[in-house]
Amino acid sequence: MVQNKTECPVCSAEIILAEGSEQGELLTCPECGSELEIKSTLPPRLAEAPMEEEDWGQ
Amino acid sequence: MKVGFLHSLLRKEEKLLLHEFRSRKGVELEMIDDRELIFNLQKDHFSFDVIIERSINHSRALHALHLFSDAGITCVNTPEVASTCGDKLLTSRALRAHGIAQPPVSIAFTEASALRAIEEIGYPVVLKPAVGSWGRLIAKINDRDAAEALLEHKKILGSYHHSIFYIQKYIEKRGRDIRSFVVGNECIAAIYRSSDHWITNTARGGTASNCPVTDEISAISLRAAQAVGNGVVAIDLFETDRGLLVNEVNYTMEFKNSIETTGVNIPGKIVDYVLKTAQE
Repeated sequence: MVQNKTECPVCSAEIILAEGSEQGELLTCPECGSELEIKSTLPPRLAEAPMEEEDWGQ
Repeated sequence: MKVGFLHSLLRKEEKLLLHEFRSRKGVELEMIDDRELIFNLQKDHFSFDVIIERSINHSRALHALHLFSDAGITCVNTPEVASTCGDKLLTSRALRAHGIAQPPVSIAFTEASALRAIEEIGYPVVLKPAVGSWGRLIAKINDRDAAEALLEHKKILGSYHHSIFYIQKYIEKRGRDIRSFVVGNECIAAIYRSSDHWITNTARGGTASNCPVTDEISAISLRAAQAVGNGVVAIDLFETDRGLLVNEVNYTMEFKNSIETTGVNIPGKIVDYVLKTAQE
């Protein structure tokens, strides 16, 4: 069983976390394009990323 | 050395910085997710030697920096830099106080006075929220009809800080502006940001290309950084016939499009600065 395998919470596509993935990291589902946040790497768990807020940015 | 890495979501920039920190000997890195953070003003004691701030939210970054700084922790950037850069009006005040060239700016607090201010400057003007990034909600106003409509919409639909009208004379950029990167007392790199659209932010589709750091770019960038309190900042510059103007100064700078473009290891320079600052 692949330890870093999980699924997109939006479309259920299989997603394998890359080596070196970090909790809190953003990624995009390759199938549905949803922006996701890695909530946990062990075990791998994804959630939809928060919506952009008014004071986001640099 | 114990480094606190203040963050929310981790973007490419944060991952590059983490990689740099982890490659350095003697650095103990602790992740601080601002969404999990609780400050107890009566009890807090922190063991960090330095905090690097990489939050995506300005409001969280600013207040967390104040609280860490109050607890005696060295912060990069300082809360004063975050405060000044996070508010375009405060940035403009700092630039003016240091005699640094910037586009003409007017401030008004009501629809009527804002309209008068716009007409005094002359069309087109750019209306910007004092707090905001990535080109969100900035508007180029070409005539009085647009001005009246926009001011009314901002007044009725916007939150309270949208009734602080920050009005900037529109500067013709000829399709590009410059972003320079200052780390400590060095202007380490610069890029051109080009777009067919008048908004050239790379977050809005502008493309990056290398911009040689001339003496003029370096000098005005370092002066702008000094005006806001020094540290790690990115300066947006307009090229005009009368020289460079400082448009904005950014304090949690984004650089993922600028490393290969410039050939400069920007995260490496930032980490060098953070570790050096912690030892001072």
